[in-house]
Amino acid sequence: MNAPRATTAPRGAEPLVHRAQPPADVLVRGAHVLDPRAGIDAPLDVLVRGGVIAELGAPDTLDAPAGAEVLDGRGKHLLPGFVDPHVHFRVPGQEHKEDLDSGTRAAAAGGYVAVVAMPNTNPTVDDATVLGSLREAARREARIPVGFMASVTRRLAGEALTEMAELRDEGALGFTDDGKPVHRAAILRRALQYQRLCGGVLALHEEDPSLSGAGVMHEGEVSARLGLAGIPSISESTMIARDAAIAGYEAGRIHIQHLSAVESVEAVAVAKARGVAITAEVSPHHLTLTCDALRDNLDTRLKMNPPLRSEHDRQALIAALRDGTVDCIATDHAPHAREEKEVPFEEAPMGTTGLETAFAALHTELVLPGVLPLALVVEKLSAGAALVGLPLPAVAVGRPADLCLIDLAATWEVGEAGYESRAENCCFAGRTLQGRVLATLAAGAVVYRERAFAVSAA
Amino acid sequence: MMRHLLSIEDLDRAGIERILDRAKSFTEVSEREVKKVPALRGRRVLNLFYEASTRTRSSFELAAKTLSAEVINFVSSGSSVEKGESLKDTVQTLSAYGPDLIVVRTPYVGAAELVARWSPAAVVNAGDGKHEHPTQALLDVYTLRERLGSIDGASIWIVGDVLHSRVARSNIQAFTTLGARVTVCGPPTLIPRGMEALGCEVAYTLDRLPEADVVYALRMQKERMTESFVPSLREYAARYQIDGRRLGARQVLMHPGPVNRGVELAAEVIDSPQAVIGQQVAAGVVVRMAVLYELLVGRTAPDRTPSLPTPQPA
Repeated sequence: MNAPRATTAPRGAEPLVHRAQPPADVLVRGAHVLDPRAGIDAPLDVLVRGGVIAELGAPDTLDAPAGAEVLDGRGKHLLPGFVDPHVHFRVPGQEHKEDLDSGTRAAAAGGYVAVVAMPNTNPTVDDATVLGSLREAARREARIPVGFMASVTRRLAGEALTEMAELRDEGALGFTDDGKPVHRAAILRRALQYQRLCGGVLALHEEDPSLSGAGVMHEGEVSARLGLAGIPSISESTMIARDAAIAGYEAGRIHIQHLSAVESVEAVAVAKARGVAITAEVSPHHLTLTCDALRDNLDTRLKMNPPLRSEHDRQALIAALRDGTVDCIATDHAPHAREEKEVPFEEAPMGTTGLETAFAALHTELVLPGVLPLALVVEKLSAGAALVGLPLPAVAVGRPADLCLIDLAATWEVGEAGYESRAENCCFAGRTLQGRVLATLAAGAVVYRERAFAVSAA
Repeated sequence: MMRHLLSIEDLDRAGIERILDRAKSFTEVSEREVKKVPALRGRRVLNLFYEASTRTRSSFELAAKTLSAEVINFVSSGSSVEKGESLKDTVQTLSAYGPDLIVVRTPYVGAAELVARWSPAAVVNAGDGKHEHPTQALLDVYTLRERLGSIDGASIWIVGDVLHSRVARSNIQAFTTLGARVTVCGPPTLIPRGMEALGCEVAYTLDRLPEADVVYALRMQKERMTESFVPSLREYAARYQIDGRRLGARQVLMHPGPVNRGVELAAEVIDSPQAVIGQQVAAGVVVRMAVLYELLVGRTAPDRTPSLPTPQPA
């Protein structure tokens, strides 16, 4: 058996691309800086010069150089920006749902400094020319750095492997058939063998379609009551167990996307205990909502895959995040057009947007009630970077400014003022959340500033 | 006052009994020579059917016409639906005709609720996917009340394909609201996980069937066999068919129709004195008259049984 391979950045091209913007000269004065990985948890002045963190100092000790903007951080929190390893930007082919500009705008508004886009587009990102032109478009349109995954199989058909090595050379961070499982075990095995040659994590949407069938929500009491076809938890957990066994046998590196069920947590924990190179993500909606919400309101914004599950599952996911079985938080931001969601529940496409609400939802539902510490949530909101071979944002001198400034006391109603995303299918719509992103700096530039948030020149 | 009938849950015990009493008062109309009263004259009722239906649609139509309402029938085949018009657009377009009430059947769970959101009309759910069929539940409790006087404390067994049955879901709730104890029975492949949450018991064999006062058999569709829910209709019938041997002399036999003779019911029980299948169909008209009246008149008039005007040709 080979030793598990480390995930590395792609060889031929820079891993992330975005539209170049003027580097920021900003002094964030007196914000409470919380960077759990760096061990910082104190009020500080943070000076950014030329897009790079130049100096950290006690509050009110740093001077703003001429021309620098001063952000008043007093009473606010300054965090390492978030990194989402799992978003859908719908380019190419479905720009009516989202595009690189609107998607990265939504990300910046949510405090994100880098995101990884999934390849289930039209056409699929399954060859180097599609990936190349997509990255070219991102260089023109993306407000924050974007990385791209390529598909494991051509056209997501589950039959033939993509040209993984060439895709890696072109900049693919890794491979996934997200939206669908790699149903045939032999294909997944070949991909893991090929990974030895080209690297790149294999991110897996785990679902046995023969078990999930025509299901539209979690199988349980609520689906029995509503007469809706259920998606049983075992459609996810049995595939995780299978794929972990294959990855262990081939010493491959796999990442499990959007964990949703208690049985899945157990399957990941077992694989980790056996030394399989496996990591896992969980979404803010699976951590904060359950399928009980559908009982009284069959809202298509609450339809996603995997589905919202039971309270028992939700508690298991929270515990898994706490004990490290789950490695990071990922939104699975899945925009859909209004007319596509304004149909009967069974007809609606799966997916919810999530970039703009991730932090506020987790802060409101888990941090404020004391379920999880703020530091843990902050750490897990960027931990996904390392899983796909990207650097972790840090509040440290010499590092590029990847920061977000947040008012933990501010409350807002989701959707009330619209969305930065082109889509409005947000599962938190109408909820009042506490915690508001005031400004985001990504790759050294100011990429988001809340309209009402005052900025003064020095 | 009730605005729509989307779910049997919209009705409490008193509400169900009020509708049943009113339905009873309407039976007199069906016995007249001129079977028509002007109670809903000038009101428009739109039948919006996205699924094939014979008895539900015809009984709603007959109920509305007996009360002198104007009836518009909209069925999905041959309509703009086939040209790709969305449910929302269809509802909004048809709402321009000014219907006072829309009767809607669709293959989608929750669609009646969407129609109620998108149209100012009162809405009656005539079946939304595998979710609910509240007027079927009302006509079934009406039929049982006629036969038994009261269903309080009665043991009712619902036998067959519970998984795919909107009738089962609505009836469990209506029966339990009126004080009956409900057991659902069928092969485990056709009983949804978590069914107990609806307040019923679950059984996988007919061993305890003799304790039932009422046996309610569900339709067993032939497609279920090809989808491997049951290995064969022969095996299903061997274990779950209600036949002369299994049906007791004092038990009441019900079925929502249409019956698959020789599958869920043996021929001898369909025609037995225990069966009230014909009465269920007849009850459909008066119960639907009462529902239309409740929603269109009952919400503006004082809440009492209407004194029917004298018959007149209309």
